[in-house]
Amino acid sequence: MSGKEYRTITDVKGPLVFLEKTEPVAYNEIVQLRLSDGTMKNGQVLDTSDDQVIVQVFEGTESVDRQTGVKFLGDVFRLPVSKGLIGRILDGAGKPRDGGPEIVAEEMADIIGAAINPYSRESPEQFIQTGISAIDACTSLVRGQKLPIFSASGLPHNDIALQIARQAKLVGSDDDFVVVFCAMGITAEEYNFFVHDLERTGAMENAVLFVNLADDPAVERLITPRLALTAAEYLAFEHDYHVLVIYTDMTNYCESLRQIGAAREEVPGRRGYPGYMYTDLAMMYERAGMVKGKKGSITQFPILTMPGDDITHPIPDLSGYITEGQIVISRELHQKGIYPPINVLPSLSRLMNAGIGEGKTREDHKSVSDQLYAAYAGGRELRGLVAIVGEDALNERDLQLLKFADIFEDQFLRQSRDEDRSIDEGTLDLAWNLLTNIDTKYLVRLEQKWIDKYHPTESKS
Amino acid sequence: MSEESGLIYRISGPVVTAVGISPRMYEVVRVGDEGLMGEVIELHGDQSVIQVYEETSGIRPGEPVVRTGQTLSVKLGPGLLTQIYDGIQRPLEDLEETMGVFITRGVDADGLDLSKKWEFNATASVGDEISGGSVIGFVQETETVEHRIMAPPGHGGKIASIESGEFDITTTVCTLEDGTEIAMMQEWPVRTPRPFTQKNAPDVPLITGQRILDFLFPLAKGGTAGIPGPFGAGKTVTQQQLARWSDAQIVVYIGCGERGNEMTEVLTEFPHLTDPNTGKPLMNRTTMIANTSNMPVAAREASVYTGITIAEYFRDMGYDVALMADSTSRWAEAMREISSRLEEMPGEEGYPAYLSSRLAEFYERAGRVQTLGGDDGSVSVIGAVSPPGGDISEPVSQGTLRIVKVFWGLDAGLARQRHFPAINWLSSYSLYPQALDQWYRDNIANDFPEVRTKISSLLQVEAELQEIVQLVGSDALPMDQQLTLEVARMIREFFLQQNAFHDVDTFSQLGLQYEMAKAILTFQEESEKAMAGGAGLEDVVNVPARTDLMRGRFEEGYAERIGELLGKMSKQIAETMEDN
Ligand SMILES: Nc1ncnc2c1ncn2[C@@H]1O[C@H](COP(=O)(O)OP(=O)(O)O)[C@@H](O)[C@H]1O
Ligand SMILES: [Mg+2]
Repeated sequence: MSGKEYRTITDVKGPLVFLEKTEPVAYNEIVQLRLSDGTMKNGQVLDTSDDQVIVQVFEGTESVDRQTGVKFLGDVFRLPVSKGLIGRILDGAGKPRDGGPEIVAEEMADIIGAAINPYSRESPEQFIQTGISAIDACTSLVRGQKLPIFSASGLPHNDIALQIARQAKLVGSDDDFVVVFCAMGITAEEYNFFVHDLERTGAMENAVLFVNLADDPAVERLITPRLALTAAEYLAFEHDYHVLVIYTDMTNYCESLRQIGAAREEVPGRRGYPGYMYTDLAMMYERAGMVKGKKGSITQFPILTMPGDDITHPIPDLSGYITEGQIVISRELHQKGIYPPINVLPSLSRLMNAGIGEGKTREDHKSVSDQLYAAYAGGRELRGLVAIVGEDALNERDLQLLKFADIFEDQFLRQSRDEDRSIDEGTLDLAWNLLTNIDTKYLVRLEQKWIDKYHPTESKS
Repeated sequence: MSEESGLIYRISGPVVTAVGISPRMYEVVRVGDEGLMGEVIELHGDQSVIQVYEETSGIRPGEPVVRTGQTLSVKLGPGLLTQIYDGIQRPLEDLEETMGVFITRGVDADGLDLSKKWEFNATASVGDEISGGSVIGFVQETETVEHRIMAPPGHGGKIASIESGEFDITTTVCTLEDGTEIAMMQEWPVRTPRPFTQKNAPDVPLITGQRILDFLFPLAKGGTAGIPGPFGAGKTVTQQQLARWSDAQIVVYIGCGERGNEMTEVLTEFPHLTDPNTGKPLMNRTTMIANTSNMPVAAREASVYTGITIAEYFRDMGYDVALMADSTSRWAEAMREISSRLEEMPGEEGYPAYLSSRLAEFYERAGRVQTLGGDDGSVSVIGAVSPPGGDISEPVSQGTLRIVKVFWGLDAGLARQRHFPAINWLSSYSLYPQALDQWYRDNIANDFPEVRTKISSLLQVEAELQEIVQLVGSDALPMDQQLTLEVARMIREFFLQQNAFHDVDTFSQLGLQYEMAKAILTFQEESEKAMAGGAGLEDVVNVPARTDLMRGRFEEGYAERIGELLGKMSKQIAETMEDN
């Protein structure tokens, strides 16, 4: 139905084009614009009626004028998908960016995607060892989880994401992950950092990249992650791959969303972001998971930078309300020179309970993790008090907790960028060793049976 | 064009405007060539504004819109239990059969299996005078739940015929003398509360097995509670704990605009969990509504009404029903999104001006009632609230707190320390204790209210002392106050903290809760005595039997052992005096 070209633009506002006197145009239909100099732009219908059609233009409306030709392509946005995607680099609109041929489609997939029927989901419960103690012990990741990294500018979130991508494995299985990487408005330098690392480790051959950089069209960012997730779904649910989707930076995505909302003069929600941002984000984050009868899985690592390091900002806030936990990167720890500077206290893995314990990681895992949290939280809180009243005012228990907080940061959190710790000896045993700095009578989160079995000095074995 | 059908004029997300048709407000219409289900939500000149319950991509102006003459209703009858529905009562299992694992659109599915046969046992007889809501028979729907068949509200008279036997739910099982035919299924419009004879004051607690809830901030059967909290603070786990362990006879769990995996978890787990009150799988008493965050927002808006209507229906049978809505904020956001598409005048933070009245109407459907059939039934409503940034000064939290009688305030700080349930004991409240105290005295212990008061005042005192400690350190406090701090720590770590994921700790009988609270007070009394006799604080705090008493709660059979453990602790504390 790629017929008529209209020259009936009445208004252009921000990234939006308004036109009239069209044949009936479908909601969400894709649109092609031809500028007077022959340049082509792409867009999508946001609102349609007998009198007026509103089109959002991905490349921005620069140089669009009343003479611009607008053609409705009769279909919603689709991505050509096939196994041939693996190893390719595409731009933010899904066109090859690596000089290679067009993707030969096995299927043209609707990029909005459909909701997974909750009845058809399979509960994610397979522990993924990342080799990073803070994550494995305290915010354990499972296959099919969506676990964002909440970071801020200048912090090493990319190193952490890459370290996870390199080291992630299912203990006792050699299934490899396919990495789908999606860049939204990041700098060329950051992008090169990712590419070099993927090349260095040979992961590139098992990766698909969708790239929209800082100087690429901002509105295009609204489709880039959808393309990436469409590719991920196809690979996971049609070809049984375990897919790890890393997308960065969600903050840039949300800025583009805000821009569209403003141009439509919508009533904004909090801090100028559209009221439907929660739903919009959910339609991407919820595309993680495992489904009955399919072998593959989609695990998501969205990265977002918190404006002003503020976790209550709508972008991290709405994300945290949808994702299955979050890994929070801390400027304070980074400034102390600790890598990875993960603050475990506000971090969380909601699927952890399903993925750990006997037969999965180790029977004492939950107990140890709870105890680490409680002791570290206690110690950190006391730092504030000590600053006021000095250590003399502390009782025995408090002194031990205070000391433990330092030890925890220095020996448990801190590890090198290529240090891959195993969950049992590398991480949990280390935790037990560090907990010997606190008298067992203060370790109220530990069950007696685990103390009897695992405590380095008090165990009965 | 007849007025039974018109044409689409405009599509903007889930909102479609039609012309050439004059439907009633809240009438269900079929939209577009695929016949998507929608509901009329505004009439505006010759335009009818419709919210569409399915994805609208690809729909064009000019496609048809057809009236159905029906308002949005649910089907009520045997088959509701163990089901999981979307927001408009389509069974998700049926959708999977027709669509596969992804929810596409344009498929209808009946809320109840119309062909399945159930064994109807008549309890009324020919000649009986019945009225709307009277129970005329029952079906053993699940192992534990007897589904009572009632005359639909508004229908009554003398029974002309009634027959036990195997029938499907649309077959007439009872005829009245005026010719009215009654089948096992009835339909009810979701936005209209089901009628009852009168509302009664709640005076029985809904026992949840969660210590901080039952002991300090109880909810009554037929009461309302709000759980606001930032993400990760424990709203969903708390709701799920209530769905698992509360002593309601029926549970309706609404996942409204939240995560898919959370519903899957309930679905996979409940069939394997045993209801502590019946010893049978929990699934037997449960109906779920799952309209997750990525499913259409209009159906999310409807999901809350679908759920509460089902809850009222079971209430009308004389049951105590507990309904959880996670999260009411997502429901409010669905209203906001639709309202903004309608270009309505926004109120605070973009929410429609009618937000607070919708919230009030919803919670008003809770209550303990005398049913039309003369029974006592209740619907308790527990709503999670997800305030942006955790700040409850926003409209949904405020609108909720004005109505509900119990406030379980979740606290991010506690969650970060992994103090769970992360319910703040200083800011939370319940307005029910007064009404419930007699029940506690009669059923648990005569001094139950007094023990509760002691425990909560210890926590208050601790908060005051902590302010001083922040300035001078705890060592600077007099001994008796240092002991108070230890007692309060015991309340927090031993009593208030409760691990939902621990096989034993996840549920505490109310009687045991009382014993545990008493044990803490015993520790306080014995320690005071010992310290007056010369023992040091460290001595009494560190008696090994106290640790055993505390850790013991993770072990099976704690209720039987607590007395003995307590005796040992008292003895050891007394001995610290002699050592000195
Ligand atoms: N009672 C509890 N016992 C143990 N863990 C809990 C409890 N309540 C919450 N949690 C922990 O907190 C996490 C977040 O809780 P959740 O209810 O999902 O938060 P919310 O719904 O408020 O975002 C859970 O995944 C779990 O790890
Ligand atoms: Mg939740």
